[in-house]
Amino acid sequence: MTKRTAFVNARLLDPTSGLDIRGDLLAENGKIADFGPDLFRDGVPDVEQLVECDGLCLAPGLIDMRVQVREPGAEHKETIESASHAAASGGITAMVCLPNTDPVIDDISVVEFVARRAREIKMVKLYCYAALTRRMEGHEITEMGLLAGSGALAFTDGIRAVSDPLVLRRALSYARTFGLLVIQHPEDEAMIDGGVMNEGELASRLGLAGIPAIAEVMMVERDLRILSLTGGRYHAAHLSTAAAINAVRRAKFDGLEVTCDTAPHYFALNENAVGDYRTFAKVSPPLRSEADRQAVVEGLRDGTIDAIASDHAPHDQDSKRLPFAQAEHGIIGLETLLPLTLELYHNGHMTLLEALRKVTAAPASLLRLPSGRLNRGAPADLLLFDPDRPWKIDEEKFRSKSKNSPFHDRPVQGVAVRTFVEGRTIFSVA
Amino acid sequence: MTLAQTAPDTALYRFPHRHMLGIEGLTIEEITMLLDLADAYVDQNRKHDKKSDVLRGRTVINLFFENSTRTQASFELAGKRLGGDIMNMSVSTSSIKKGETMIDTAMTLNAMHPDVLVVRHPDAGAVKLLSEKVTGAVINAGDGRHEHPTQALLDALTIRRRRGRLDDMTVAICGDVLHSRVARSNIHLLTTMGARVRVVAPRTLLPSGIERFGVDVFHDMRAGLTDCDIVMMLRLQTERMRGTFVPSIREYFHFFGLDHEKLSYARPDAFVMHPGPMNRGVEIDSDIADDINRSVIRDQVEMGVAVRMACLDLLTRDVSPN
Repeated sequence: MTKRTAFVNARLLDPTSGLDIRGDLLAENGKIADFGPDLFRDGVPDVEQLVECDGLCLAPGLIDMRVQVREPGAEHKETIESASHAAASGGITAMVCLPNTDPVIDDISVVEFVARRAREIKMVKLYCYAALTRRMEGHEITEMGLLAGSGALAFTDGIRAVSDPLVLRRALSYARTFGLLVIQHPEDEAMIDGGVMNEGELASRLGLAGIPAIAEVMMVERDLRILSLTGGRYHAAHLSTAAAINAVRRAKFDGLEVTCDTAPHYFALNENAVGDYRTFAKVSPPLRSEADRQAVVEGLRDGTIDAIASDHAPHDQDSKRLPFAQAEHGIIGLETLLPLTLELYHNGHMTLLEALRKVTAAPASLLRLPSGRLNRGAPADLLLFDPDRPWKIDEEKFRSKSKNSPFHDRPVQGVAVRTFVEGRTIFSVA
Repeated sequence: MTLAQTAPDTALYRFPHRHMLGIEGLTIEEITMLLDLADAYVDQNRKHDKKSDVLRGRTVINLFFENSTRTQASFELAGKRLGGDIMNMSVSTSSIKKGETMIDTAMTLNAMHPDVLVVRHPDAGAVKLLSEKVTGAVINAGDGRHEHPTQALLDALTIRRRRGRLDDMTVAICGDVLHSRVARSNIHLLTTMGARVRVVAPRTLLPSGIERFGVDVFHDMRAGLTDCDIVMMLRLQTERMRGTFVPSIREYFHFFGLDHEKLSYARPDAFVMHPGPMNRGVEIDSDIADDINRSVIRDQVEMGVAVRMACLDLLTRDVSPN
């Protein structure tokens, strides 16, 4: 029997085609059957579910291409289930988790475990990356072909850089055999040298060891040289510095197959968020200078930075309530991805569609997912949201198990009202 | 009729090179001459009395700086069947350890007036360097990842005897091309003779610029084997690898190991070759390796002796050096 959902009276938004009109949408058996301004001019057909959109925005659901779910191994910080609920409430319909679990996702059995858990929970779509090297130790490449065959979307050592240039060369070259994407955490480990925040005046005043901004560009430049030798698909994760963004800009101009993303904290905050040793502002790479923050915004605006990912890194109190140097890196981000991305629109840096593209069509196209766009036949993974509604981020309301967000109490605009996966409601504002 | 007379008429064959260092640079005529002569030696080797006196009074030294069982045995047998005096020297475990250089060893042996030095060395170019220092002929029995000309000739002889020709054949060379001297010699020989050559391997196991060798490059076995006449498998040379070129044997066999399913993409009458020694379950399934209807691996060994006899014969004839 056909299962149909009618979405009536919506502002249809599709970043891929530039669509922004009032209209309706029909989902059939989990897929987008049709949409347009006069879809239901002869009346709404017989459907199982009717969604009155009240003129709110109906867009492809967000795709978060960088999430740490902590399961298996650190379920006290987050589980696939709690992350799924957090994602759904943030308007995310698909997320991709990093392989830095315990055990590391470097074996088919762990990829299959994640897929099975996602099936059981039946919320947002959950994909995973597999490690680029065994145990993420940076030495031996993983069984990329077999792992991709079992569902791994791309390959990365997660929060660790692949330091050995020969290993990266072989990894890129081998991955290219199968057309697979290699994702790097670009940070020169030797240059970090025990640093815990951005190197500069503030770090010096606080007496904290600094990480120079060049630690990022050194790794990106090196990787781009290797990429020009091997070919293949290379993606630099969470860029945070003007220099690295410039390097990618030049490489794109030269025709290399390179892409990159950033996280909301790199355009919404600068190093001053560390303030008085606030460990919630401790991230990897560190929050940078104001000039770097502006370069991130410019990179997003001119298209050098392809996508925005939350870089969701949940940590419990025991991991964060520590002296700054000892605290873990990371910020939770699933529930703040939408409003922080919309800040780019509200601040006049980008149009609504351009901002949305960074969290929908762009990651979908990078990861070759069928969702992320309003297409007939595409999965009906949709987000109904109010782009203007003001609210204040409140950690007490987070569905994530961990609360480590530096954005607590920040006034924002834009909220997910209802989230659908394959036409099925997985979240709705009470 | 004496056995010496069973060898082909010497007057017809004039090999214009002093040494046999590689296939690259040999002409169609020279390759054809070698194969024709080898063909005649195959017939001789199948007779009850295999011995001739082509090399009577000649000395052949097998100088192996790298371990080898089958190639050394093949050359030894070839020399003996031609009636020559054959000496085997494995240098890897003796002189080198005492600090003697390759050239020292070669010069020492040269003073004993050998007519042919059959040399294997782990470094590319070493055999050529050695050939410049000695007075006799030198046959390259494999130098690093550079060339292994007699292997390519025996492969060509196997193909030609099966198919009657070398041109208009599509040959897929699959596996560890990067480390394979067999692949390089075969590519030179087969493309010179008019065959279409494909290489099939993960990118990590292909040398850069391989497409400029006149081959088509594939990274997928099924696509690479489609409509091939001959599937030539290579050994995964883990001993030559520093670091990981492929993630695991399991993954390698899954994507690049030859099994019946992948072989089904080749022509129905396609046959399978392997220079040996085989890693069963790594680059080739045991079922295929042992399938006498598909695998010609034992034929290759037989052709090896004949080809080496042809080389020893031609290089010891009195011709003006090039």
